[in-house]
Amino acid sequence: MATVLASASSSLQLPKPLKLDSGQVLDRVTLAYETYGELAADKSNVILIFHALTMDQYVASPHPITGKPGWWANSVGPGKVVDTNRFHVICANVIGSCMGSTGPASEAADGRPYGMRFPVITIRDMVRAQVALLDALGIGRLHAVVGGSMGGMQALSFAANFPERAERVLAIATTARHSAQNIAFHEVGRQAIMADPNWQGGGYYDSGKTPDKGLAVARMAAHITYLSEAGLTEKFGRRLQNRDAKSFGFDADFQVESYLRHQGLSFTDRFDANSYLYITRAMDYFDLAEEHGGRLADAFAGSSARFCVVSFDTDWLYPTSASRVIVQALNAAAAPVSFVELSAPFGHDSFLLDVPALDRVVKGFLE
Amino acid sequence: MSARHALRPDLAVIARHMPEGARVLDVGCGDGELMAVLRADKGIDVRGLEIDPEAVEKCVARGLSAVQGDANHALADYPDGAFDYVILSQTLQTAERPDLMLDELLRIGRKAFVSFPNFAHWKMRLALLWNGRMPVTRHLPVSWYETQNIHHVTVTDFRALLTAKGVQIERSWFFSGETELGTAGANWRAEYAVYLLSRPH
Repeated sequence: MATVLASASSSLQLPKPLKLDSGQVLDRVTLAYETYGELAADKSNVILIFHALTMDQYVASPHPITGKPGWWANSVGPGKVVDTNRFHVICANVIGSCMGSTGPASEAADGRPYGMRFPVITIRDMVRAQVALLDALGIGRLHAVVGGSMGGMQALSFAANFPERAERVLAIATTARHSAQNIAFHEVGRQAIMADPNWQGGGYYDSGKTPDKGLAVARMAAHITYLSEAGLTEKFGRRLQNRDAKSFGFDADFQVESYLRHQGLSFTDRFDANSYLYITRAMDYFDLAEEHGGRLADAFAGSSARFCVVSFDTDWLYPTSASRVIVQALNAAAAPVSFVELSAPFGHDSFLLDVPALDRVVKGFLE
Repeated sequence: MSARHALRPDLAVIARHMPEGARVLDVGCGDGELMAVLRADKGIDVRGLEIDPEAVEKCVARGLSAVQGDANHALADYPDGAFDYVILSQTLQTAERPDLMLDELLRIGRKAFVSFPNFAHWKMRLALLWNGRMPVTRHLPVSWYETQNIHHVTVTDFRALLTAKGVQIERSWFFSGETELGTAGANWRAEYAVYLLSRPH
């Protein structure tokens, strides 16, 4: 058992209300965040890690609900790829989420949970909140911003909207805009949640009932998009679950069904259904070019950062073609960019798993 | 300590003649050998394009900026005049269409360094003449059926292509092994050639 990485859990209420892309203003915004490694006296060694849709700030410390290791514990720690002996790593729970930062389950001004009264947020709003956190912590320019999937969207948004704040931008398995297919899968998930009678228009917090069935189905559908067909075939094939023959019924005959049901159910232990609605909406609204006059290269025109973009050959959620669009725009903006498509069998989830080539790229880029 | 002495002679020529502060794209940059020298000796923030992901990974690990891509198609992603110099070393003969790649180099860059193995070197000619077989030499060590060199070219062929396109030759260098040769008889004597080209006026 590895030694538990020294981390600090903190929470900070932003000093000012947060202006949102929707035109609304979110008051009394709290961000919960974890830090690892010592902050240098000149505050020059900060790496901000952005988390993905269903992740949280527990990047390298055990999850308080599941007890599982942090979602990037393999890569973040003393002597690891993101070396906390050198770097001060910050990871904040995004707004709209449910692990301590302000989201739909948080109390509104009237003392009751927001529910669907929570304003629709964007990826840029999440980034604005985290920049406000950095400001409050007195941290100016970052050594690097790093993120995979939705974390990568935040990294790109950060580079575009706060071009002077990061020296390096590492975007893994991500996209500069959600495609019709991406939106479609998310809509399936949202409809599953809203079709659950326990959802109650989002006002379920005081009812003692939560839309677990809907949220579980949403998670199941999404989880398929995180895996590759080859990965599923290798892991499960058509093997049956604890039985010798098909049941001629609708029980989980196949291992893959049992696995998905488990993924769906266990997800409901740690995630709020309304947060899932809000965060998927933010991802669907993400179109970095649209925010910058329709030309993606213009999003990066003011940046002085070095960029590194990584895709995986089995990722069909945010495929290599999506990364190439980003790289092309960075080239057009004359930004220093590296790009590599890595070979890994795990589909989109490769960015979270043991891919030695990814370790080498991340370590090299952060040097 | 410069790594230049270890550079292949064609790369050393390119490194020597690259002006400081130029904007440079190295097409087929491999693991970044030339890029690293240009950065160390000339302070140039070179960009690379390389088809092999492992080589790109090594570039990134050296702190160099390299994009994985196939030069046959990926050059189209770069805007006109994005670079002062584009380098294509020992890659022209592997291109699907070397003539179109040349157009791309001089669209993206004001000038281009191009190096290639000369298929009209006397050893090649002898091998064909005496053995009647495709030559396998120290410089082109792979058999015809598995070589990446799908468009063998001679110094004279290359000059003819440049003339047809109206591309200007700024300078040229010819080598046999490590030894630099004069221009006279280059099509017989040179194992490989380096050209500095500029756009038609």
